[in-house]
Amino acid sequence: MKDMDSLLIVRGRVVDPASGIDQEMDVLLRDGRVAAVAAPGELRGQAQRSFNAKGCIVAPGFIDLHVHLREPGQAHKETIATGTAAAAAGGFTSVCAMPNTVPINDSAEITRWMQAPERGALVNVFPVAAATVGSQGEKLTDFAALKKAGAIAVTDDGKPILSDRLMHDALHAAAKLNIPVVQHAEDTRMTADCSMNLGATSFRLGLHGMSNAAEANIVERDIALAGATRGHVHVAHLSTREALEAVRRGKKAGIHVTAEVTPHHFTLVDENVGDFNTHYKMNPPLRSLADRAALIEGIADGTIDAIATDHAPHAFHEKQVEFERAAFGITGLETALAIAVTVLHQHFGLPLWRVVELLSANPARIFGLARRGSLAPGSHADATIFDPKKKWTFDASQSKSKSRNTPYDGWSFTGKAVATIVDGKVVYGG
Amino acid sequence: MKPQLRSLLGIEQLTTAQIESILALARRMDPSRPSQLLRGKRVALLFYESSTRTRTSFEFAAKTLGATTTLVTPVSSSIEKGESLIDTGWTVANLGADAIVMRHANSGAAYLLARYVRVPIVNAGDGMHQHPSQALLDALTITNHKKRLQGLRVVIVGDVYHSRVARSNAQLLSRFGADIVFCGAPDFVPEISASLAPGVAACHDLNAALQGADVVMALRVQKERLAGKDISVEDYIANYQVTPQRMKLAKPDAILMHPGPVIRGMELTSEVADGPQSCIHEQVRNGVKTRMAILAMLLGAAR
Repeated sequence: MKDMDSLLIVRGRVVDPASGIDQEMDVLLRDGRVAAVAAPGELRGQAQRSFNAKGCIVAPGFIDLHVHLREPGQAHKETIATGTAAAAAGGFTSVCAMPNTVPINDSAEITRWMQAPERGALVNVFPVAAATVGSQGEKLTDFAALKKAGAIAVTDDGKPILSDRLMHDALHAAAKLNIPVVQHAEDTRMTADCSMNLGATSFRLGLHGMSNAAEANIVERDIALAGATRGHVHVAHLSTREALEAVRRGKKAGIHVTAEVTPHHFTLVDENVGDFNTHYKMNPPLRSLADRAALIEGIADGTIDAIATDHAPHAFHEKQVEFERAAFGITGLETALAIAVTVLHQHFGLPLWRVVELLSANPARIFGLARRGSLAPGSHADATIFDPKKKWTFDASQSKSKSRNTPYDGWSFTGKAVATIVDGKVVYGG
Repeated sequence: MKPQLRSLLGIEQLTTAQIESILALARRMDPSRPSQLLRGKRVALLFYESSTRTRTSFEFAAKTLGATTTLVTPVSSSIEKGESLIDTGWTVANLGADAIVMRHANSGAAYLLARYVRVPIVNAGDGMHQHPSQALLDALTITNHKKRLQGLRVVIVGDVYHSRVARSNAQLLSRFGADIVFCGAPDFVPEISASLAPGVAACHDLNAALQGADVVMALRVQKERLAGKDISVEDYIANYQVTPQRMKLAKPDAILMHPGPVIRGMELTSEVADGPQSCIHEQVRNGVKTRMAILAMLLGAAR
């Protein structure tokens, strides 16, 4: 029986870690769901259209746990439409949008506004709402109302929750709703005026540096509180070996802690700042070679659960200023997969199914995105088809994002999304 | 052909040959004899931070060579109105400046300006980063007293962490084979400071550091920077002030330097600042000569 809204993906290598599948299979998408996954040829004739994925990996749609879409309020940097177009081009079918918008997303109204069809999102947008009112670190927001409106986690990203009491209460309240508290782990009392990592490069450049301890102290504290409250703390963009070690210990102790790492933290180091290149300024900052090596190890041994981009678009004039005055952050949606394949798979030998797991199954599990991150029948029809051998060069001027603040302009990579399918529809490529 | 120097941003960017030729030219410069070497040239002094000796010496240097100067400061200019550094630089260049001498509170500001503005930029101090003309004039001063820089033991004592002078000096002296000892309280001399250049060591014991020193360079220590640190003002003075007794630990022919401004009674005593080993006044005089050489070179009049 042929269905109007159906798509058969043929001849690809299906890599679906959640289902334990890594072999050539055909995937039938119908009415917004995965209808079947079967041996090549078995599903022939069951769909209106077909997609030839020969030579490509067919993976569950990638999920980015950490993006800044800048709407409402900062449309000069990015809009939900442009940010999700960049996501689609990078192979992401879902993005989790941070609440540091203007105003801060601390309400059900803004949470719903971000998901409204009028925003023109090309991929699924899951808001992560503010944990405290205005992210002021004083009073918790209404987690239940936010969850009901569609928020899948809470955080005060960029303005970490420093108060022990408040973090305790946030974890406790979130645990009742079965959602994680996401923490940007930075003891901002230790990082005033800092614009990069503390080390030989910051000393040479005469810049105040952030210590590893400023991150690790907060991660240690949060893990202890997660243990005490039986809550779930998710460490955003983990960057130091000490914080990684804390997560490793926490997991061993059975505490519900998860962690994400960005492509730039497992690829670049603080020395790359060079002579004050603001495209290498982000928070957390690029760290030392030892930290980078530890992150690669943490990815390999499973301490790190997910790859997230921390896609942080900024206008030219916000980066073309004195280094210390420049905005923190870089774009990342269109380069994440390529960096993961090039650095983790090609260079460090991480199996492709692990790369896929870090981008799909694990993020779905961490944020509780039901029926996503897998191609098991009944799942949402979100799929990423990528060519793990395709060589290409990133041209920032062609980016779908509204901003161009990337260190990777002109870099050559291996691995690229060929088609991005959301809800059964090809939103990129094809 | 030696590579032409376009801007003076920091010591790291200079070749050893370029440093030597600036010093050789500086030795030949005579501030008491005005010349017309840079006649018709316009030098903009873009000072985002206050300065006495650097600004004045660049101004005298330019005028002695026949150039005209104009001072641009944040107060009573468009900078106050929120104009970006790049826009201010473009404006000053398009108004006809042949070179821009800039002092700025942010590390790296001179790099930013040089990346966008097509006239020679002289970094007259950027945040905690670099102060290359100071290091050059200090090298000139040292070589007036010592035959060679190689093998000299140079003790730089004070607030090294916040000091662009310390960074520029250590990089320059290291290039010529001197041994540099950064000395001060741990907050001012972090262990990582030794990574700055080959031959640089970090030390927290001034008496030990001074043994056998050929050059003692004291840096300004602002009392407010000690606030919240592990060391009190009294303890700082007791442990790190350069006194006549401590100067005796150095070699008998050691020289004492200070880039200014001097805070008497803090980093050193008046006996030392005004004593026979002090080269502080000579440093200031060499500042004009060195900056004459820098401007002559960058404005292409010294071939």
